[in-house]
Amino acid sequence: MRKYYLFFRLRFAAGIQYRMATVTALTTQLVWGLMECLAYQTISEASGGRMPMEYSSIVSYIWLKEAFLVLFNTWHADNDIFGMIQNGDISYELCRPVPVYSMWFSRTVGGRISEAVLRCIPVLVCAFLMPYPYKIGLPVSWEVFILFIFTAILGMGITVAFCMLVYMLCLFTITPQGWRMVLTGAVDFLSGNIIPLPFFPESFLKIAELLPFAYMQNIPFRIYCGDLAMGEVPSMMLKQVFWLVMLVLAGVLIWSRAERKIVVQGG
Amino acid sequence: MKIKRNMVLYFRYASMCLKSVMQYKVSFLLMIAGRFLLAFNEFVAIKFLFSNLINIKGYSYGDVLLCFSIMQMSFTFAELFGNGFQVFSGTVKRGEFDRMLVRPISPILQVMGNKFEIGRTGPMITAVVTLVIGIKNSQAEWGVMAYFTLALMVTGGTLLFVGLFMLGASSCFFTIEDTSFINVLTYGAKSHGKYPLDIYGKGIMGFCTYIVPYTLVQYYPLQYLLGKTNRWSMAFYPVGIVVFLAVCYMAWCAGVKNYKSCGS
Repeated sequence: MRKYYLFFRLRFAAGIQYRMATVTALTTQLVWGLMECLAYQTISEASGGRMPMEYSSIVSYIWLKEAFLVLFNTWHADNDIFGMIQNGDISYELCRPVPVYSMWFSRTVGGRISEAVLRCIPVLVCAFLMPYPYKIGLPVSWEVFILFIFTAILGMGITVAFCMLVYMLCLFTITPQGWRMVLTGAVDFLSGNIIPLPFFPESFLKIAELLPFAYMQNIPFRIYCGDLAMGEVPSMMLKQVFWLVMLVLAGVLIWSRAERKIVVQGG
Repeated sequence: MKIKRNMVLYFRYASMCLKSVMQYKVSFLLMIAGRFLLAFNEFVAIKFLFSNLINIKGYSYGDVLLCFSIMQMSFTFAELFGNGFQVFSGTVKRGEFDRMLVRPISPILQVMGNKFEIGRTGPMITAVVTLVIGIKNSQAEWGVMAYFTLALMVTGGTLLFVGLFMLGASSCFFTIEDTSFINVLTYGAKSHGKYPLDIYGKGIMGFCTYIVPYTLVQYYPLQYLLGKTNRWSMAFYPVGIVVFLAVCYMAWCAGVKNYKSCGS
């Protein structure tokens, strides 16, 4: 366990370095969140109360999305790993006496959490300080908050397990940028990052709920803002566990195949 | 004569970049597909949102799509031509700008030419699709004047974004490091400009008129295009972007004067 912890800490320390970048990122996220809140305000006024989500829930959803952007964003993968695959440093990784899958998994989680901790606090503070209709709400009860934390951890696990599959894919192609963009483009939409899933028309929603992407950020955020009925939570958590196990298994399997025929690029 | 020579040079630069991209055809196609998909997501989002409503503040589905398409188009053109400004901090850091200064042609031409990236045209597919749907479904009456307004909006928008990219690049002269503050203004406008700006309320409208003149290429000409006003002069508001571009150019010149070499 200790070695995984050290990979985690290494990445955490590296992440803390970029303070200036954090300031600009904060402004960007605040502007983004506020603009979305304003847009949804007009939209909910225009719909005359026939919205699939309450306006206050939408506001909380938007701020949570901004605050935990790096936890759940599939685009935000560990660039060092892509670098290693492209320039041949992956050979060093293979020499280490640790399974590569677990090592990459823990360092991706570490990278994400370090950045998320840094970014979520200022965003959340600002979101709580916003004037009334644009202010993030509090969860209804402590239990809801605890469920939010649990499902968020599971959701992040699914996201990272998916990113691992993207790394694996890059072992088979030399130029991964295009693949990454296509995949993340699709996931972005299906995970509810562009518009929350309740806004999907019925038939699309059914398809989206059959895919693992609906169990990333969609579940924790909707639990937090009270949009998901408490009765549905246990079955949703089961589905999260199911997808986490499936994606990790798929990743490990593909890795054991890929490991045997890795081509080390570069010199 | 000078303009013609510069055009020829720019064309050469662009065709060199094109040739180098074409060495990796699969990667190039996937890039296009990926960028297309990202923009297409936004279109589907608008479609889904409009399944519950008829109009937002008097703008119909078609009107919003038209607005979305114009923004996407302007941004894509601007990225295509102004990509060099976007990745300019790398150029400064590696010391490549020194090399540009000693050549007897304008540094702007070199910056713009040497990073011409055709892979950025993916969103154009989405933009054209939404433009067609928008033209069919919007309230506008499609005469010569309407198409002219449309063209003017796209041109003005392109110049506005190029100006912003240039402003971002100019800041690299002072900070060396990449300052992504300009991204709020560029990417922000691209993604939130899909709705006519007045739906965001008075405060945002003020910012988008007096600080960065987005409304000149979006809100005002759109009012004329959709027949919400009779003032035909609003169709010509995008011309005002030239002033903004001149300000950005002055910032660039100040930056070049201030430039201290770095890198090796």
